[in-house]
Order: sequence, then C-alpha cells, then structure tokens
Amino acid sequence: MVQFTGIKEIIKPENLVYKKTNIMTKNILSYCPGCGHGTAHRILAEIIDEEGLQSEAIGVSPVGCSVFMYYYLDIDWQEAAHGRAPAVATAIKRLLPEKFVFTYQGDGDLAAIGTAETIHACNRGENILIIFINNGIYGMTGGQMAPTTLPGMKSSTSPYGRDVKTMGNPIKMADIIASLPGSYYVTRQSVHTPANVKKTKKAIRKAVQYQKLNKGTCLVEILSNCPSGWKMTPVQSNKWMEENMFPYYPLGDLKTPKE
Amino acid sequence: MEKELRLMKGNEAVAEAAIRAGVDGYFGYPITPQSEIIEYLMDANPAETTGMVVLQAESEIAAINMVYGGAACGKKVMTTSSSPGISLKQEGISYIAGAELPCLIVNVVRGGPGLGTIQPAQSDYFQATKGGGHGDYHLIVLAPASVQEMADFVELSFDLAFKYRNPVMMLSDGAIGQMMEKVYLSPHKERAKTVPEWATTGKPTTRQRNIITSLDLDPNRQELFNRKLLAKYDEIREKEVRFEEFQCEDAEYLLVAYGTSARVCQKSVQLAREQGIKAGLLRPITLFPFPTKRINELAGKVKGMLSVEMSAGQMVEDVLLSVSGKVPVYHFGRMGGIVTTPEEVVESLKSKFIGG
Repeated sequence: MVQFTGIKEIIKPENLVYKKTNIMTKNILSYCPGCGHGTAHRILAEIIDEEGLQSEAIGVSPVGCSVFMYYYLDIDWQEAAHGRAPAVATAIKRLLPEKFVFTYQGDGDLAAIGTAETIHACNRGENILIIFINNGIYGMTGGQMAPTTLPGMKSSTSPYGRDVKTMGNPIKMADIIASLPGSYYVTRQSVHTPANVKKTKKAIRKAVQYQKLNKGTCLVEILSNCPSGWKMTPVQSNKWMEENMFPYYPLGDLKTPKE
Repeated sequence: MEKELRLMKGNEAVAEAAIRAGVDGYFGYPITPQSEIIEYLMDANPAETTGMVVLQAESEIAAINMVYGGAACGKKVMTTSSSPGISLKQEGISYIAGAELPCLIVNVVRGGPGLGTIQPAQSDYFQATKGGGHGDYHLIVLAPASVQEMADFVELSFDLAFKYRNPVMMLSDGAIGQMMEKVYLSPHKERAKTVPEWATTGKPTTRQRNIITSLDLDPNRQELFNRKLLAKYDEIREKEVRFEEFQCEDAEYLLVAYGTSARVCQKSVQLAREQGIKAGLLRPITLFPFPTKRINELAGKVKGMLSVEMSAGQMVEDVLLSVSGKVPVYHFGRMGGIVTTPEEVVESLKSKFIGG
C-alpha cells in the first residue's frame, strides 16, 4: 500500500486517480451533500467531452434545483421558464438542426407544470434529448409533494403522507412517453452506485448518438435521492430509494430502437 | 426591385411580409380573429423556399417559449395571437424581456375580458404598453392602422427588436386583421446568415460560453440590471417615437386615436370641420414609446382633447399624463367588439366640449 507523506505527494501526477472533466467549470456546485444531481452533471459533461460536442451542444435548464446548471457546464445554455424547456428546445433544434440540443429537468418541471410541453415535444418526435431527474419531491422550494411522490410518502404539502384518494397517484412519465410514436429511446436509470453510474453513462451516450440519427425524442430518466427533501442521510436516502422508488419506477429500458 | 401590389387581409399581409422579411421561425396557435396568419404560412410552405420554420404549437404558452428558444439562438422569430392567447403568453414575454431577446409578437385584439368576443377591440392597450407580464419591463409597441402597415411593421419590428434587444409587439385589432386592402409588398430579403455575438449556437473554442437567462438571485446585480433596462427604455423614448398628424395645424380640438379608431377619426375630423368645428387628429404609431412630448405641445394650442379608443378608456391615461392638466381630456369609445362610427365621435366631441 502506498504511504502518502503529505499534500505534495498526493498531488503528483502519477498519483492522480480522478479529475475534473474539461466541460465542468470551476464553479462550486450548489447541490446538497449526497444529492444525485452532481453525478448526473458529471456524466453528461464527460460524454459531451468524450464525444467532442462542446461546440455543438446547447443545453436548456429548468426551474428547480438545477436552475443554475449553466454555471457548471462550459457550453452554451438557455434558462427556460418552469416546465417550458421542451418547447424552448424544440425551437432551438428546428432552427439549428445540426446541433446537439438537450433539456435537463426535474420531476416538478417535467411531470407537473411542463407536462403538456413534454408530451407534445415527444409526440412530435423532436430530435432532442431530455434528461429527467426524478427524486419524487420538489427539492428547491423545500420538499413539497411532486406528481411523482410515492403513495404514503411524507412531504411538506403531504405531511400525513400522500393520500392517493385526494392527491392522485404518482405519474410514470417515462412510461407515457415510451408509448408515443415520436419517442425513439426511453430508459430509466439511477446514479446511486458506481455500477449504476456506469449504466447511466452508457444510456446517455446511446441517447446522444441516437439524436444524431434524427429519428425522434430520447428520454433518460434518472432516479435520484433527495437527502434534504426526504430528511435522511445520503446513505439512508439511497437505501430508501432502492426499497421504495425502484419497485414503483423499475430501472431499465422502456423503449429501444428496433434495429 | 419594385414592390408587388396585392389585395390582402391584414392577417395575410403579416404572414407574407414575414416570409419576405427573411423571418427564420414562426410559432403559433390558432385563435380567431388571426388564424389566417398560420393558415397562410402553412399554405405558403416557406420551408421549401426561404427555409423559414413554421410550427403549430400545442398552446400559446408553448409557442411563446419556442420564440424564446429561437430568439436566444439569434434568429428572427415571431408569434401571433389574439387577446386571450396573448394573456397566456405573458409569462414567456416577461422572460423574453428579462433575457433581452429580440422577437415580434402580433396581437390581433378582440373584445374582452375573458373569452369575450371575436370582434375587434382595443382593450389590450394597458397590457401591451405597461408590461403585461410580471416585473418592470416594456415592449416596443407598434399600432398599425392599415393592411399596408401590418405588412410594413414586420420588418420595422425586427429592426427595432434587434437594435434594442427587446421584444416588439404589433398591436393590431380584429378589423385591420380581417379587412382587405391593397398592399404594396417589399421584395424578398434573404434570411440572415450571421447571428449576434450573444446568441447560443454552440460554443466554439474562440469565445466564452453564451448564457441566456433572466435569473439573478443577487439583489444588487438584479437592480443594476433593472437600471440597465430603464436606460434602454429611456433611449427608446428619446429616439423611437412615431406618430402622424392630420389637420392639426389650426385645430381647436384634438382627437387622439390609434389603429382602427384612427381610421374612423379621420372621417370624424372631416365631419366636424363641415360643421364648423376645427378638429384635428394625432395618431400614435408607437404606443410605447408614447408621443408624450408632441401631445404636451399640442395641449398648449388646443381647447381640449378626446381620446377615442375601442375600450373603456386606457390610452386616455397616457394622454392625460402627457397633457399634464393644461386642457380638459375626455375619453370616448365603444366596447364589446363594436367599432365606433365617425358620427358618434363628432357627437361626443360636441357634447363634451361645445355643449348640446
């Protein structure tokens, strides 16, 4: 085992095991400790870097925890109104068809206020990539119930647990989108273990490559924990996600291209 | 090149002028009385000729956000709607103003509030000129009074929008949108091959990334931005006021009217003069910036002013502010989709200023 004697030893190039990707900026992430957003950002940045897409990429960020995503990835960005990212991305891609256009949206943004924009962009088969972070709660505004909140799950607007009789059932947006002829590739992944990070990266890379084919909308849903909103430690929240979120939102491909 | 003469509806003229002006994208949603615009564009299919994108969105909300996305790419993009649809667009318009994006929004106004009527009205003046959505902002507002101006103002709107990085609204109404007149159409212009340096088109290695946003959580920076907007609006007020005067030289009574009402009031001026009343007309062409200075000057020369609008009295507030108490100012207008007659205006002028 290597014995490190100090910082000078640690920062030697030959001891480097992990580094910032070129596409990530030096800005400090605003996310809570243990949250999945940072990992999802990193994966996307790595793929943009590895696929040489920096000059092609135009990102559209939502309203929600990732509203400041444009601070973190060194590419051209547009910040959309709450829920409207797929409409914004539609126009970008129509006017600049050669570019790589993606949205990054949370479950409040994509599955509540932006349901119409999401469904119709997918139904038109817009050649964009939608990255959908589903943590079953409104994180930024302080842990309110989302359309994706599980039955019985407590939030600040369902303090006694989500009662499906009065508050409706959690909506499975990826399943709905997979049923539309306009969607091309729909998958649900997570980033809570190294193995799942690898799978998610593989899925996003596929989606990026599919987008070049101009055959329809790609959607990668990423189930994520929300330690602050769920009022758990990061470790507890990942365990809770496995035990409660995965049975309702099973991981895996929902629609793959017929090859 | 010579201009081409055609007989067209105002709505059709906007559509044809957009193709000829080299517009890159149109995003709309059908609503009476302006659906001819998207119908004309779909039929003309400019994707095959100029490459212009024409898309029917799922809602007015989606359409204005498509305009946001396209404008942020530095493209010439536009949307059109009528009053209830324009209300739906207000969130997006506020974001466009906040992100300082150029675009054209056409409102072919119908009577309201609510679903109201499909007949012409001028009841969206406040919404158009005072902001409309949330936050401190202004649109540049152009008021066409003919089919010719509906065509001409397309290019003018984009010139102003790009000059000031500010959304422009063409505030028309159901009468001008639906009526047919002869119109001289400008020759085709090619679509722009370049975009402004702030546009998001993918970051080359030669520049920093471009970010289009209306968000700044730091109150000091946000206030600085608000001040920047105010300075821009002041410059617009200084440089872009447009209006037209009709028999104002010797006028004792001034009618102030825009759009369809201004057309009516031209006849009213003639009728009044036949009865020995020296009336004149000032027609604001820009509603923001408003011709405040000129109206204030004329207030020193006339005995009174009548703001004629197809509304409950909206522009009259700007006339009152411009006049600043120098002479009496009244409002006359029909509502609910009724177009004022020239005779009614003369009667109102007589009853308010002359008696009987």
